[in-house]
Formats: sequence, C-alpha cells, structure tokens
Amino acid sequence: MKVIVAGKAQGKILKTNIPINFLGTVDKKTGIIHDSKHDLFNMPMKDSILVFPNGVGSSVGAYTIYSIKSNHSAPAAMICKKVDLTVASGCALANIPLVIATEQEYEKLQNGSSITLDTDSGKL
Amino acid sequence: MELTKEEELALKGEYGETLETAYRILVATGEATNAQKLVPIQWAHLSGVNYNTIGDAGEEFLSKLSQDAKVKVMTTVNPMGFDFDSVSKYNLSDEFVQKQKSIADSYKKMGVIPSFSCIPYEIFDLPEKGTQVSFAESNAAIYANSIGSLKTNKESAFSALASALTGKSPYSDLRIDDTPNLTIRMKLENPNELEFGMLGYFAGKIADNAVQLSGVSGMDRRKCKALCGGMGTSGRCGKFILGEETPASEKVDFDKKEMQKIHDELNTADKGDIITLGSPQLGLQEIADLSLMLKGREFLKRCMVFCPRSVQEQARNLGYTNEIERAGCEILSDCCTCLSPLVDKNEIDSVTTNSIKGAYYLNNSNGVGVNLKPLSQIISDETR
Repeated sequence: MKVIVAGKAQGKILKTNIPINFLGTVDKKTGIIHDSKHDLFNMPMKDSILVFPNGVGSSVGAYTIYSIKSNHSAPAAMICKKVDLTVASGCALANIPLVIATEQEYEKLQNGSSITLDTDSGKL
Repeated sequence: MELTKEEELALKGEYGETLETAYRILVATGEATNAQKLVPIQWAHLSGVNYNTIGDAGEEFLSKLSQDAKVKVMTTVNPMGFDFDSVSKYNLSDEFVQKQKSIADSYKKMGVIPSFSCIPYEIFDLPEKGTQVSFAESNAAIYANSIGSLKTNKESAFSALASALTGKSPYSDLRIDDTPNLTIRMKLENPNELEFGMLGYFAGKIADNAVQLSGVSGMDRRKCKALCGGMGTSGRCGKFILGEETPASEKVDFDKKEMQKIHDELNTADKGDIITLGSPQLGLQEIADLSLMLKGREFLKRCMVFCPRSVQEQARNLGYTNEIERAGCEILSDCCTCLSPLVDKNEIDSVTTNSIKGAYYLNNSNGVGVNLKPLSQIISDETR
C-alpha cells in the first residue's frame, strides 16, 4: 500500500467496486450516497473504513469530503485502488487517513469485517 | 517527494497554519500522482465558490482561512450561485444570499480577482506557451492544456487553492507527460456544438490523462468549449490533441451509434419548460452571434443566458444585449447553468439546453429533466 494521508483508524469495511462521485451523489451533511443506482445507496459511511476504486466527478467534491468530516459523518479512513486529486486533497484537508491498496490487498478487503489501519506500520 | 528546506519548514508549520495546510494538500496530491517535486505556477483558477456546492462547512472554512491567507499568484475564481443584480427576482432564502456573499467576500479578502467565471481562458490574456498554471475548473483545465498551450493537471478545488496560496504545484501527470494512449476517430461529418459536447463526454469516459482526436474538422471556439465542457464532466482526461491517429495508441470510433448512447443517457425530457444557454458561460463572440441569430425573433418561453460580468459589460456597450433582451432573454453574470439554485425543481420540471455539461448537472444535481438541442434548432423551435 501507499500512504497518501497518514494516520490510524479502526472500523468496519464498507466496500464498493463502483467509483464515488462525492459532489454529485454524497449528502454533505449526512455522508449518505443518494444515488439509487450506486450499490452503497442509503448506507451511512460514518466511521467506516470506506473502500472504493477511485473518486470521479467535479473538483468541488473535495469540499464534500471536508464537509462530511465537519458534520461528523465521515469515514474513519479511506482505501482506494487509484487516487484522484479530489479525494487526495479532500482527505488531506479533512485529516482522513487515505491509502492506495495494491490489487491484491484490495481484493482481500471484505465488506463488513473490522480492520485496523495504521499507516506507520505499512500494513492493512 | 523531495521538498526544499523552505517547503519542509512550511509543512511543519513554521510559517503558520495556512501554509502548513496548503503544503499538506500539495504533499498528499503529489504523493497521489507520484510527483518528485513541486514546481512554480503562475496562475491559479479555483472552483468551490457556489454556496450550493460547498455548503456551510465550505463557507466557514473559507471565512476562517481568509483571516490571514493571501494568494501568492494571479488567482481567478469559478461562478457562484446567482447574479447579485437579479437575485431579488428569485425565490432564494436570505440565508443562501448571505452565505454566498460571505464566500465571495472571503475570496476577495484573500486577493483573488472576483471573475466568477468558468472561462478564464477567454476573458484574461494567456501567459506564454508552456507556462505552468493550476486550474480546478475542468473545462478550463482542458482548454488551457489543449488550446492555450499551457500546462495544468485537472486540479481539485483544494489542490488549486493550495497552489494559489503557495504559488506551487506537484510536478506530475500532464505537467510532465501528455502522450495520449488512445485515439478517438471522429466519424460524424459537420458536427454541431451539441455533437462536439457528446464527443467530449464520450472521450472523458474512456480516456486516461490525454486523448488524441482524429477526423475532427470545422471546430470553432463555441464547439471547442462544448468539447471541453463535455470531456471534463465525465472523467479524468485533462487534454486532447487534434490530428491524425498515432500508431502506438488504441483506437476507438465515435459514430452515430456511440453518439446515440450518450444522447439517450443525457436527454431526459422531450421538451423544456425553460431554456438555458451557457455552460461553459458564453464569450463575447457567442453573445454577438446570438444577437444576430435573434434579430426580429422572440422567445416563446423563458430563456436564461449566462456570461461573465466583463463580457456582459462589453456586450452592453457594443449594443449586442439590446436584441437579446428584446427577444425575451435574461442575461445573468457571475453564475452558470451548472449547479445554479436558480433552476429549482419545485418550479420547473425540465430545461432545454445545448450544453452537455449543463445537462449532466441539471439532471443529477438540480433533479430536472433535460431536453438537448443545438442552438440553431433551439432558435428555430422556440422563437417566432
């Protein structure tokens, strides 16, 4: 894995294989995805370890990430396959630990299981 | 990523919280894009101005930041939610208006040029070829790279803001390498601006950082802006290169079938209750053309025309606005079709527009149906 924003976090994995459009589909107060076509529709990301391939959509999505953190509805950490500038900069400002997982690491992450992420240890 | 001594100190907070935050963002985005170092940039263009999109947390963040932050390079900003000149005609809450004013004031306090435009490339002089800039608005980043001969990544709202505050950006991706690994072969003949927008949307979906477009002819600035707007909406691609197919790249056709698929995705209504023109905002030449096209004609329904403040001023002084307003259009500045709270689903069900970018956000964010038509057809169908 590669560390983008350092930190420690513990939580249950909330995983999707569909990219997330933060500006267009995530409620900036509740952190809930309101796009009924997304498989995380209506699932709160609060305190989860959010695992998703990458972010898509408007550059303003970085503000959405900051906003859900300010409203105490943000994930405890995020794990991506590819990192885009919107997610990287949003997590950096909001102090949400963010790592890029290798393909192998990513596949191993099971939805619903509890994990501890410590970016200092370099392991998932 | 290697930082200079000064950059290290700033990251550690030696020069205050603002620069520490800015460098933290630059380091994260640099790591994410495998940058080896930071490079100076000469111009930043920021997104994240509309209260509709950044909300209370964004407003409070900017208000606090502006207490001591100052931009280090020329910095321009995207549209906000409405035009202060006409806001009283709309049904917006006092709170919305107040928060929007606070956001605009915070940016001004930091020293940005209050351009409130998504087409900075059209209203400011461009620096010399190859200059590093940092543009967050996607259509502007694509235009700057592809037509303006400048260099920028498709920045995020915060990475561009961090660039504005430090005058630097990670040296990575399109700043180093803009070789396309995909060629899209344009198969449509004499495409109008709507078809250029769909080509862009198609390219954005499948291209990586850069894309080669072959078989494209007859592109003017209006069509080019439609292409940039569409491309920026659907993906991460930040540059197109016009020309022949490159041998090393993968090849994909854009023909009637591909176009129909995009049309089916974005055309969600058979007709519009109102018309919006401008996303990206219209430039002076487009306003001049519109005034000629509308000569002696009158719209049968409401039509909103979005352009930058400086374009509206010039258009008024040149007399272009007379014909446009006589035809029933409302000219709005400092805002745009995209993500404007002025298009409210409680008041209207659908919008007719020629903008692919507008169509995407009107449907996904404003929640209204969209009827897509090229401008020439809008004028023949919707005026008398």
